Order: sequence, then structure tokens, then C-alpha cells
Amino acid sequence: MQTNPFVAATPKSESEDTTAVIIEGVDKHFGKVQALRDLSARIQYGRLTGLVGPDGAGKTTLMRILTGLLVPNAGHVTLAGYDVVRDNDAIHVASGYMPQRFGLYEDLTVMENMRLYAQLRGMDTNRNADLFDELLDFTRLGPFTKRLAGKLSGGMKQKLGLACALMARPKVLLLDEPGVGVDPVSRQDLWRMVQALTDEGMAVVWSTAYLDEAERCESVLLLNKGQLLFDGPPQELTAQLEGRSFRLEDVGSERRAVLTEALNLPTVSDGVIQGAGVRIVLRDGAQVKQIQALADKAKVRLTAVPARFEDAFIDLLGGGPGGTSALAERLSPVELGSDIAVSCRNLTKRFGDFTATDNVTFEVRKGEVFGLLGPNGAGKSTTFKMLCGLLKPSHGEAQVVGHDLRLATGEAKSRLGYMAQKFSLYSMLSVRQNLEFSAGVYQLNSYTRRKRIEEMIDTFVLSDWLSAAPDSLPLGLKQRLALACALMHRPPVLFLDEPTSGVDPITRREFWTHINGLARKGVTIMVTTHFMDEAEYCDRVAMLYRARLIALDTPDALKRLAANANRPDPTMEDAFIHLVESADREMESAE
Amino acid sequence: MLTFTLSFTRLRAQFIKEVLLVLRDPRSRMVVFVPPILQLLVFAFAATLEVSNVDIAVYNQDAGRWSHELVQRLDSSRFISHVRHVDSQRQLHELIDRGEVIAALAIPMDFSRTIAAGESGRAQVLVDGRRSNSGQITVAYLSTIAAEVAAEVTPDAQVSIPVLVRHWFNPNLVYRWFIVPGLAGILALFSALLITSLSIARERELGTFDQLLVSPTSTSEIIISKSLPALAIGTLLGLFMVSAGVFLFGIPFTGSFGLLLASLVLFILSVVGIGLMISAVSMTQQQAILGAFAIGVPAVLMSGFATPVENMPEVLQWLAQAIPLTHFLIIVEGSFLKAMPPSDILASMWPLAVIALATLTMATVFVRGRLQ
Repeated sequence: MQTNPFVAATPKSESEDTTAVIIEGVDKHFGKVQALRDLSARIQYGRLTGLVGPDGAGKTTLMRILTGLLVPNAGHVTLAGYDVVRDNDAIHVASGYMPQRFGLYEDLTVMENMRLYAQLRGMDTNRNADLFDELLDFTRLGPFTKRLAGKLSGGMKQKLGLACALMARPKVLLLDEPGVGVDPVSRQDLWRMVQALTDEGMAVVWSTAYLDEAERCESVLLLNKGQLLFDGPPQELTAQLEGRSFRLEDVGSERRAVLTEALNLPTVSDGVIQGAGVRIVLRDGAQVKQIQALADKAKVRLTAVPARFEDAFIDLLGGGPGGTSALAERLSPVELGSDIAVSCRNLTKRFGDFTATDNVTFEVRKGEVFGLLGPNGAGKSTTFKMLCGLLKPSHGEAQVVGHDLRLATGEAKSRLGYMAQKFSLYSMLSVRQNLEFSAGVYQLNSYTRRKRIEEMIDTFVLSDWLSAAPDSLPLGLKQRLALACALMHRPPVLFLDEPTSGVDPITRREFWTHINGLARKGVTIMVTTHFMDEAEYCDRVAMLYRARLIALDTPDALKRLAANANRPDPTMEDAFIHLVESADREMESAE
Repeated sequence: MLTFTLSFTRLRAQFIKEVLLVLRDPRSRMVVFVPPILQLLVFAFAATLEVSNVDIAVYNQDAGRWSHELVQRLDSSRFISHVRHVDSQRQLHELIDRGEVIAALAIPMDFSRTIAAGESGRAQVLVDGRRSNSGQITVAYLSTIAAEVAAEVTPDAQVSIPVLVRHWFNPNLVYRWFIVPGLAGILALFSALLITSLSIARERELGTFDQLLVSPTSTSEIIISKSLPALAIGTLLGLFMVSAGVFLFGIPFTGSFGLLLASLVLFILSVVGIGLMISAVSMTQQQAILGAFAIGVPAVLMSGFATPVENMPEVLQWLAQAIPLTHFLIIVEGSFLKAMPPSDILASMWPLAVIALATLTMATVFVRGRLQ
């Protein structure tokens, strides 16, 4: 392997100390919020270390302590031999930090950003032309040096951030959630670059909320609520789950009912839908008997599957939630005039000369869970907004329950429920006032209003929080409240815009339990997501890329497209990359 | 199909929400409660065009009767707190340089002698040009005092005072009589403008605006529910300033209260329309606040509050007619001091009604336009 010029001489031989970062008993709190609790760990040179955990686990806080941007309340951190508090200046030289949000100037070009960054580091830009060329080559940003940073795609922004973080030849590279907002193709590129850097002896820390990313790391620090749950290679953790993961194959249309039943079994710790199948994790020491009986009853095959990192994480937290949705239990089955709940024909949206959605056509059946999938900027959001009447199409039409939403009367709008990204609740109103507002705005009469609100409080166990502000609620409760508000008027069609982004896997499972329950009652669900494994819950997935619909099928069928001899059981992410690459080839040959 | 449907249930829910949002949001609360108190204190007590509590330096080289008379009158004058006696021209200059006195009077040695000889005495007045406005007013006061002395010198002679001004409606030219009624309009303008311009922008930041748009509620309902709290608060603030004028400052209220109230409501409705337009195009609350000030401050400057509309270039005069505050100022000042007849008030009310109709219609179009 060629030597990498961005890495300063780092100790490589076995005799020298290979520890890059030593964290000892670190505590950090912000007011009453305990962000990190008595955390001790070591990070090695020449290794990719994953800092893994859901939002609010303390990942960013730890990153900022490592770079000397925050001072811990207790404990010590040593990075490359320097104490982060006492030798703060040395830390900035020894470490490269790429913050979560794009930390560069959007109104400067790629080159101007790099120059500015170099100058801030006190480097002579004229003498470092070689370094610039190497960095541009390494990040494949060479052709885009004159482009404004604000006009770059999510993936390219991350690469530019990486180039700048590498400028000072750091010994330790800290990347805060580099995978967020980056499509799977660019993500692979980032992995490749990080691999090259660790091969040269650099210590790289990659923080992530995606548990599937953790599996790619050589070592993992698993955080939850400020506490270190696990420190070591991910395989070590998943190995503990050996022989506990199973899949009920090809359950088909009954899979939601089967999942509910499985989750209610005392021997089952966790379960998710995977395409047409149901993936089950047994409790520690539990027998396979019960789940085998369930498989026999449903007349499906039960196969053992390798454990995943996510299984292990859920297991560490004591298993997932139960399978019955108290919410869906209370609903009566949905009656619709037609079998088609949502449809769009030749849907097109242009903003100036930019086409955000290009000629998209599909139909969604009643009771279907329909996913819209695509990288950022693919037109997912625009299409979604046209479907629920928030944007007017430039061309074509969209219908919900037989109503054209462009001419949407209150009547049509009252048939759909909508839950926006990051649960848009009124933070100035209390929990009860939020519920009352959504009941009022959907014109429920005072008797129904009172009854429904009580019902929602009961179903979602909100009674202890009624006068609290939504912002003070734990994430899981906040999500329940948002769902309660969206469902107050019992809509037959529910629109969910990235409903689980930034939510921990347990809360996400609870959410999907409700969604599955609703779908079984005949509620049609439209959902956008960038979690690839979440797409597995959908009956059908519409894949959008560069404003076009490039594929529409069941998750299993999409995965089969990407299957080959080396990859007999591809993941949704593999399927996505495969589809995007073939779409790119097609578009290129068309041009 | 017409989307102008109103539902009482939906309106009620939204109205309660709006009121709670305005009262619970610290930013809105500040907009509502801080400016009235602050403006009341600042404008009514501090910002005044009258000159008072100033110091004057006197370098009196004359020992005669008339210079003595003049200095005594200065001493007893209400607008001067201290008369500083100095012994040299240099000290005089220093006091002015250091800003300790606003004006200085140098009386020459032959002052009394000249007057006794039947000629007119001359004294030098130095004024601090850095405070030109107050300086000029001080000079005017000093000339008055000099004229009084002159009248004593020749009591029989017809002292020629070129102009005798009699100020109608405000005979003593009490500055507050003019400023407080105007403040009622300005306060109501800014509170209504800020409350409404924050309203949609706030919901957009929270992400709840989309939620509102997908619900069956109509644009008209959104506009109405967002107008009402601003209307209520703006009207109350306007009335608060009016009563402060009547009861605290004792300004004679001579017009019709009913007509004033009706014009206040029309005035605020027209401002609410402008505020909602700003809010509809703002992506963040910060933009909304900047937008409100970018519109509000020029509106106040052009309304005739600071400078008469008639003195502006013709184009700006036309523009001033489109500013609701211009018309409201005429009404509120007329109601206080002039006992303005109802016909005159109505003449200023109908433009307010037209502006209100126009801005509210445009606000509806703007809000609906966000759906494009």
C-alpha cells in the first residue's frame, strides 16, 4: 500500500504505545442533564472506532470533550499524549474534527474553503499546493474546486469537511455523524477513505446513530443515555447472541399478525418485519419451542440467521416493546369507498428550472404501508408534500381517498392525518392543550372531543404529563403525543414524514408496533424514511432518485434485484446502491 | 369551489392556541409588555424638545445697573439651573468646550454706560453648536429675557416685538400634548405588527404550520385566528396610551371616544394585514422581526409624527397616504386637542378601511401562496 501523506508519523510498531486516546472517569452535565456518566475507555491508533448510540446518548458531547471544545466536569482525557484541558493548543494540532453540521462556509467555493482553513491553521497556501492536490484527489473533489460549498450534495460536503479536517495531518481524526444526510453511495466512498487512513496508522473515531454502521467498525464504544454499554469489537457483542436470531420466511400478508403474536410470546425479546419475513430474537436462555410452534401454525419455515449488532443493542437494553398496539385495538376497521387510498399521475414539480419531482405515477391500496425512499434531494419530500396537499404540482395530479388535494376542501383534508419530521408540536402549549388543539382544529364536537382526548391519554399513558411542555418529555413520549395528535380525528390515511429519524431503536419499534396495528385495521400509511432497514416494514417501496421514480416493488423483490453469487442475501442498502448505480448508467447512456 | 368556509369549533381552537402562544412565548411577551412601559417613560419624560435644566456661563465685565438686572433675570429663569460666573473670556471658552454650559454670555465693560447714554447695549452670546437644536432654543429664550430687560429700560417706548405667536389648541406648546396621542398610534402599530409577523414564522420554525395546512382549516380561518389576538392586544395598548394621556398627563380629550375606538380597530386591522404578509414570506422569526422593523420604522418616519407630511416631496406624500399611521395620527391628535368634528374623522377613517381591506386581502393571498 502506498504511504498516505496526510498522516504524520504515528507509532506503528508493537513496542510503542498504540493508545491514541485515554478517557478516564469522564463526567459531564449541562444543568440538570447528565450527558456523560463516569465514562472510561481507550481508543487505538490504526483502527476505526465507532462511537455508537441513539440521539441524546452523549456522542457529540464526548467528541467535543475529545477535541477540547468542552471541559469535562470530572475525569481526564489524554489525546495523543496531551491532556485535552491543560494542553488545549496541542490538541488542535494533534486532532482533526469534522462537526456534525457542515462547518464550512457555504458562500465560498471548495478551493476558497480549503485555503481559508489552511490559513487558519497558519499554513502557507502557496507552498502547500501539493497537499491540496493530494487532498482533492483523495476526496475526488478535484473537478469541483470552483463550486460553491453550499451547492454541493450532502456527500460532497462531508468529503470537503474531511479534506479540511485532514489538512493538519492529524494523528486522531474525529468524525461526528459523517453518515447523516449522505446517500448510501457517498457513504461507501467515505468508508473507503477512512479505511485508507486507518491503514496508515491514524486513529479514526466515527460517531453514528445507525447501528448497521457500527458493524463496519473495528471497535465500538456503545453509548446509551451517557453511559458506556459496551467497549470492544462489534463481533464480540453479536457473538453473545449466537443462536438466538431466527427468521420466519415468506410469511407474506400475515406477517404483521405473526409479528404481533411473536412479540407477545414470553420467550421472544425482539422482533421486526423484514420484507415478507419476520425476524425474531429470543431471550437469553429461551427455547426455540414456542416460536417453532408459531411457525408451524402459520405454516412457514423457521431459519436461524446470523445475529446483528442491533439485536445485541436491544438485548442490552432489555428487549423491545410488546407487539400489541393499544391504539389499534380501539380502532374500528376503516371503510373506504374505493380500494385505492392514494394515487398520483404524472406528478411533476418544478422550482424555476430545477425539477424536484419528474413525472411520478403510482397507486397505493387501502391498508398498505407504502414507503418513499431516496437520498436527500431526490425529490422524496417534494413528492410527499404534493401528495398531502402542502405543495401544488406543476403538472399532473394527486388524489387522496378520491379527492384532488389541489381543490382540497376541508372535507378531503379531514380524511388524512399528518405527522411531520421532528414531531411538530406546539412547545408553548402543554400536552393537554396540544391534544385539545388538534381535536378542535379537526372540528370534533365537544362530546367526541372529550371522549377522544381521554382515550388518547389512556392509550398512550400520558396522564402523568398533561401539564408538561412537550419539549420536556422523553423522546418516546413526545412521539406518542405527536401520533395521538395526528390520529385524533381517526383518519383513514396517515402521512408520516421521516417519523423515526433520530429516535432510539426501542422507541422506533414501539412506533412501528402502532403503525403495524393501524395497517391491520385498514389505515393506509404513507411514510418517507432514510433508514434502509425501516423500508423493510413497508408493503411496497417507491425508490426515488434524481427526481425520478426508479423502482417500485416489495422490499423483497427490490433486494432480489441486487442479489448475485457473492451476495445471496442482500440488504436493503445493497438494493438501493444497486438501483442507484444502474439508474446512473441508464441516465448517462440516455444523455 | 369556494374555500371560504368558517367553522366555529376550528376558529375557537386556533384562537385559544394563538392567545396562549403570544402570552407564553417570551419574545412575544416582550413585544407586548416592555415597549409600552419603556416608551411611556422614554418619550413622555425624557425625549422632549423643550430646553430645561441647562447651565449658562456669564462673564460680566460691567458693574452697572443693567448688566446686574440681566444676570438677575437669568438667575431667576426657570430653564436655567445654574448661572456660572467666570472672570475671563478664556474660562468662558473652556466651559463651553467641556460641554458644562450650553451658552455663555459676555457682557462688555460699557454695557450699562451705553444704555444709560440712550443707545442699545450689546452683549455677546456664545452657543455650543454641537447641541444646535437646544442651543437655538436657548438663544430664543435669552432674546426673550433681553427683550424684557429692554422693556424696563424704556417702559414708555413701544418696544417693537416683530411677531406675536399664539398657538392654538396647545397654547403653551406643551410638548407632551403633542407626543402622547401620537404614541398611542405608534405603540399599537408596533405591537400588532410584531405579534402578527412572528405568528406564522414561529409556526414555520416549529414545523406546526404544515400541520395546520394539512388540517381542514381554511386560509381565512388561519388569518382570522391570527388577527384576533393582535387586534385585542393592539387595541388595549392604544387605549392604555390614550388613558395615560388623559389621566396621567392631563391632556384635554375633546373628541368622540366611540369614533376614536372605531378608527383604532380599523387601523390595527390594516397593520395586522401587513404583519401577516411579512410573516408569510419570512422563513424564521428573526427574518420576521427584521421585516417588521424594516416596514415599521419608515412608516413612522413618513407618517407625519416627526415631520409634517406637507413638507415631503410629492411622491412621498402619496406614499404617506398609503401608510395607515398617517391617517390614524390625524384622528388621534384631532380627538385629543381639536375636538375634531365627526365629518373630518370620517374623512380619515375611510382611507383606513380601504387600506385594511387591501392588506388583509393581500395577506390571505400571500398565505395561500405559500402552498404553491
